[in-house]
Amino acid sequence: MAFINQKKKEVQVKIVYYGPGRGGKTTNLEYIHRKFSERIKAEMVTIKTQGDRTLFFDFLPFNIGKIKGYDIKIQLYTVPGQVKYNATRALVLRGVDGIVFVADAMVVRKDKNISALDNLQENLNMFNTDIYKIPLVMQYNKMDLAKQGIPLLSYNTLEESLNCKFKAPAFKASALKGINVVQTMKKIIHMTLISLQKEFK
Amino acid sequence: MSYSLGQKQLDGIEDILKKELIDVGVQCVFLIDMAGNIIADLHEGEVVHDIYSLAALAAGNFGAVSAMAKIIGEDEFSLLFHKGKKENIHFSKVSQEFLLITIFGNLISLGFLRLKVTEVIDKIKHIL
Repeated sequence: MAFINQKKKEVQVKIVYYGPGRGGKTTNLEYIHRKFSERIKAEMVTIKTQGDRTLFFDFLPFNIGKIKGYDIKIQLYTVPGQVKYNATRALVLRGVDGIVFVADAMVVRKDKNISALDNLQENLNMFNTDIYKIPLVMQYNKMDLAKQGIPLLSYNTLEESLNCKFKAPAFKASALKGINVVQTMKKIIHMTLISLQKEFK
Repeated sequence: MSYSLGQKQLDGIEDILKKELIDVGVQCVFLIDMAGNIIADLHEGEVVHDIYSLAALAAGNFGAVSAMAKIIGEDEFSLLFHKGKKENIHFSKVSQEFLLITIFGNLISLGFLRLKVTEVIDKIKHIL
């Protein structure tokens, strides 16, 4: 639910990184925070457990500058991936404008990805949001693990199991190494802003 | 579903927040939506808090407390207030979509603040 402040000439947009636990959602935001440390003055907010797992959400505000005279403020959020935190996960989705689904490319995580995607659809339905209509980008994370001999799902398998219905833009990525993290973010921001523009025309 | 507020509406809201809260000694007040967006924010003097993070946390906190209320069979909790040594924070629901957050020191009593916040909400509802 983006908000356009016509007095301040400012647009606030909410983008949520969603996906299974330990998939790399927080690592995406941490990389973005490091990479754009000169432009992001605020601290990243994290609410995590003692075991360093996301408990509620991570939050990173990112001012990307002006478009058509309006200051664009992107609010990046992650959700807790663990199954037991569904109540808080659903809360974070309230008013979401765009979603990055961070899938874990490890073979052993195939079913967890599918469950998390089903869960995303269910939780969006709670807010009367259609997963087929909201801007969505797929990120297949942990591709760097191939070098360590860890069995990974191929791009085609990931596309078939997660993206065949959505046909969303998809990136092979490594959040840890920063590969395609910025590209993923740029894509979802672009798609979300285009969608907002259409809504207000 | 996105939404937009114009200069006239925002001027009206800010005018009410200033007269009814900032001018009686509240340090900081902001109106947010339940997604965590900031609609209006006013401060006594300089901005000293990271209001975007505060708004995100406040929306999350309010959502979590509302969910707890439902689990124990309440519609909602009417008083949401955190007391600190020097600063206190008070949350008040304006409507299904909006929340008013006030940060105030110990010179203002909670009772007085609640009275003022109730008046403000009545007035703001006519604008939103």
